[in-house]
Amino acid sequence: MSAGIDDTRPLVLVEGLHTYYGKSHILDGVSLEVAPGEVVGLLGRNGVGKSTTLKSIMGLVQTSAGEVLLEGRSIIGLPPHRLARLGIGYVPEDRRIFRLLTVMENLRTGLDRAGVSADKRAALLDKAFSYFPRLAERRSQAGGTLSGGEQQMLAIARAMMLEPKIILLDEPTEGLMPRMVSQIREIIAVLHQEGVAILLVEQNVPLTLEASQRIYIMEKGAVRHHCAAAEISVHDPVIKQYLGV
Amino acid sequence: MEAVAQFFQNIPVDLLLIQTVNGIVTGMILALVASGLTLIFGIMDVVNFAHGELFMLGAYLGVVVLATTGNFWLALVVATLVVAILGGAMQILTLRPLIGRDPLNTILATFGLSLILQNFALWEFGPVSRKLSEPITSHFNLFYLQYPWYRIVIAGLSAAMIGGFWLFLKYSKFGVWIRATTQDRVMAQAMGIPVPWVYTGVFALGAAMAAASGVLFGPLGSINHTMGLDWVLKAFIVVVVGGMGNLGGSIAAAIFISLLEAYASIWVSPSQAVIVSFVVLILTLLFRPTGLFVPTPK
Amino acid sequence: MTRHDKIYWAGFGVVLAVLIIAPFVLPIFWAKFLTEILIWGLLAMSSDLLIGYTGMISFGHSAFFGLGMYGAAGALLHTSPPNLWLAILAGLAGAAGAALFVAYFSTRLRDIYFAITTLIFSQIFYVIIFTWTAVTGGENGLIFTRPHFAIPPLVDVRFTPAVMHWFVVALVAGSYLLLRRITRSPFGMVLQSIRENEARTRAIGYPVERYKIVSVMLSGLFAGLAGVLYAVQNEFAAPDFVFFVTSGDTIIFNVIGGIGTLVGPIVGAGFFQLLREMLSRIFGDQFPYLIPLGVAFIVMIIFLPQGLLGFARRWLNR
Repeated sequence: MSAGIDDTRPLVLVEGLHTYYGKSHILDGVSLEVAPGEVVGLLGRNGVGKSTTLKSIMGLVQTSAGEVLLEGRSIIGLPPHRLARLGIGYVPEDRRIFRLLTVMENLRTGLDRAGVSADKRAALLDKAFSYFPRLAERRSQAGGTLSGGEQQMLAIARAMMLEPKIILLDEPTEGLMPRMVSQIREIIAVLHQEGVAILLVEQNVPLTLEASQRIYIMEKGAVRHHCAAAEISVHDPVIKQYLGV
Repeated sequence: MEAVAQFFQNIPVDLLLIQTVNGIVTGMILALVASGLTLIFGIMDVVNFAHGELFMLGAYLGVVVLATTGNFWLALVVATLVVAILGGAMQILTLRPLIGRDPLNTILATFGLSLILQNFALWEFGPVSRKLSEPITSHFNLFYLQYPWYRIVIAGLSAAMIGGFWLFLKYSKFGVWIRATTQDRVMAQAMGIPVPWVYTGVFALGAAMAAASGVLFGPLGSINHTMGLDWVLKAFIVVVVGGMGNLGGSIAAAIFISLLEAYASIWVSPSQAVIVSFVVLILTLLFRPTGLFVPTPK
Repeated sequence: MTRHDKIYWAGFGVVLAVLIIAPFVLPIFWAKFLTEILIWGLLAMSSDLLIGYTGMISFGHSAFFGLGMYGAAGALLHTSPPNLWLAILAGLAGAAGAALFVAYFSTRLRDIYFAITTLIFSQIFYVIIFTWTAVTGGENGLIFTRPHFAIPPLVDVRFTPAVMHWFVVALVAGSYLLLRRITRSPFGMVLQSIRENEARTRAIGYPVERYKIVSVMLSGLFAGLAGVLYAVQNEFAAPDFVFFVTSGDTIIFNVIGGIGTLVGPIVGAGFFQLLREMLSRIFGDQFPYLIPLGVAFIVMIIFLPQGLLGFARRWLNR
């Protein structure tokens, strides 16, 4: 069920984003948008700037030109902790959970925000544990002792504690077993059901096409192709062109 | 062998035990000072050269408040709070602009701060040493000495503060924030933790610990504008010997070094006993550079 | 000669000329003041080799300076007649010994750890000098008379303030030229590469620790020379100078003047001393001049980290 959208304004709008790393021009005018509650896939070969795009939205990378709007409001230049509180959740590739903190403490980092009542906190925790029962079992264990798949669960659960409007998901299935991949698929579906928008960066094309409403394909730092996920299949020449080896 | 046995027989046991107590007392204060330094270094990667001056200011403020109110404990609280706020302000004004720059810059900045604070104290309070009278003047009998209760109280209070601080780190919300920030500054921010303020808070906390140590130490010695230097030097030695950024190590090192110095002062003058800490440092750097109490990394 | 070189040497010549005529033009107080600035400048310059070129902050220069001073004092007190060259040799040897000691330990540690341990070591030397009263005169230091400036059998003159001044100018100018030569040599290039990226330099195959040790030794030698000059100039050696405050002052001169320029620190020393003199003349002796200076220092670090001469850094090193 998608939330009734009476506001056709995009949730996140990225326009003409440019970033540099030293002299390298990493993002060369990236533009894309994500509607409220929508799952949008971002595909492309390694190194085209997909992760950098997510990082730029999250304020983790300095941009030299371009605009990023959250619900119509410019968020360029805001520090990441402000963006987290404004409703952007970030799940990086290689997860980056706090290894020395327990599962519970990891979740707490997202829960300890101003304006969250004790009841709300308990409710959010319950939700996290019901979606990820394995985390409930391991709640007092240090994050670093979890398996790769469990760490991915924790990274997503942690972002969910922020009650985000959108989650930036960077290659969640990387290095996971097929069984876990389908779990990720389910989680994305559940999040979509709850009305959380997702900007999904992935190498796994079938998963992305299945989970997303729309996709963008990037090459050399810019968006080269954009269409609805339903219009395109894995064997499409476009896919071969931009993602084929 | 005979000479060694003779040597040890000649030391009065009660003197040794008294020095043990003294060593532990000084060690606890040093541990409190060093903990603040380790905290700031471990979390913010900042070497706070002004730490000794914060200690000194705490002591002076203690004198002032005690003179106005007559209450030592009130002086302790006020001095700690004021210096904590001062520390926070210092961090915001001089260290925040330097975040992300070469660590060289922060060493220099805190060095500049120490100069300012030292000279401010000299200007404001003059070159004559001050005295801070102890709140508890009763003694008890420790062997042939009248040993002041106050010293035991300091040791206890320091231990309590360190313990309280450790609990705070482990269980409170800010404690989690601090630990998360230390492990992964970027992801801490991505989780909504206001990292710049965490740093300010940590610095203020370290400053508070230094100031509290200063007030507690006050009655044991004289208070003047250069007292900070001796303490910060020892604190640095403790931090290096204990393992940089290692809280437990710092505490163990503080007590270890203070005990050795206390024993040494049985035979040599205090200003020479200080060489003991230097020797410990040199040995540590030679054989266990990551810290005396830290298991050597394989 | 390129255009750059012509301008550079012309400038050098002008400055040198000005320094040489100074004793004839300035009243004696200011002439001596200038001499002392040059000595502190030499100390600061030696520190620049470490900070500006190798990227290592050291708080140990008070030890090198102090041992140079005491080494010279020792030689002057124990030889009869007091011999200038022996004093210089003794001072340099003392400073080199301290430098070797500091270098051995400290170069195993990175940045911050290095700075802290140099600080601690300089204090170790202070305590030793302060408490070993028999040899060093303890708190009171040592007093001696100036030797003659003698190169037998050519010259033998007494050190009048003017002669002293010229001697200092010669040595400081010579040191500057020598240090400049060193920083522009292949050795100096490696040092700068260590400053830029130590890991990469090591990965390329350079024995970084050895370069660092040599850098510390050289730095210590020039600092020791400054100590010798100070001793000869003032005819006493005191433990105060071995206190780490001297190291702190040195760092201030470096930062204010501009690190990595060699001349910058000399300018920084001059600026600092002049400012102090001015402030004490205007506001009186008790004025805590270090408070506004400390503030200025911090402001500089934040807004002008390259120092007064920083803008000329590239040009001066070309």
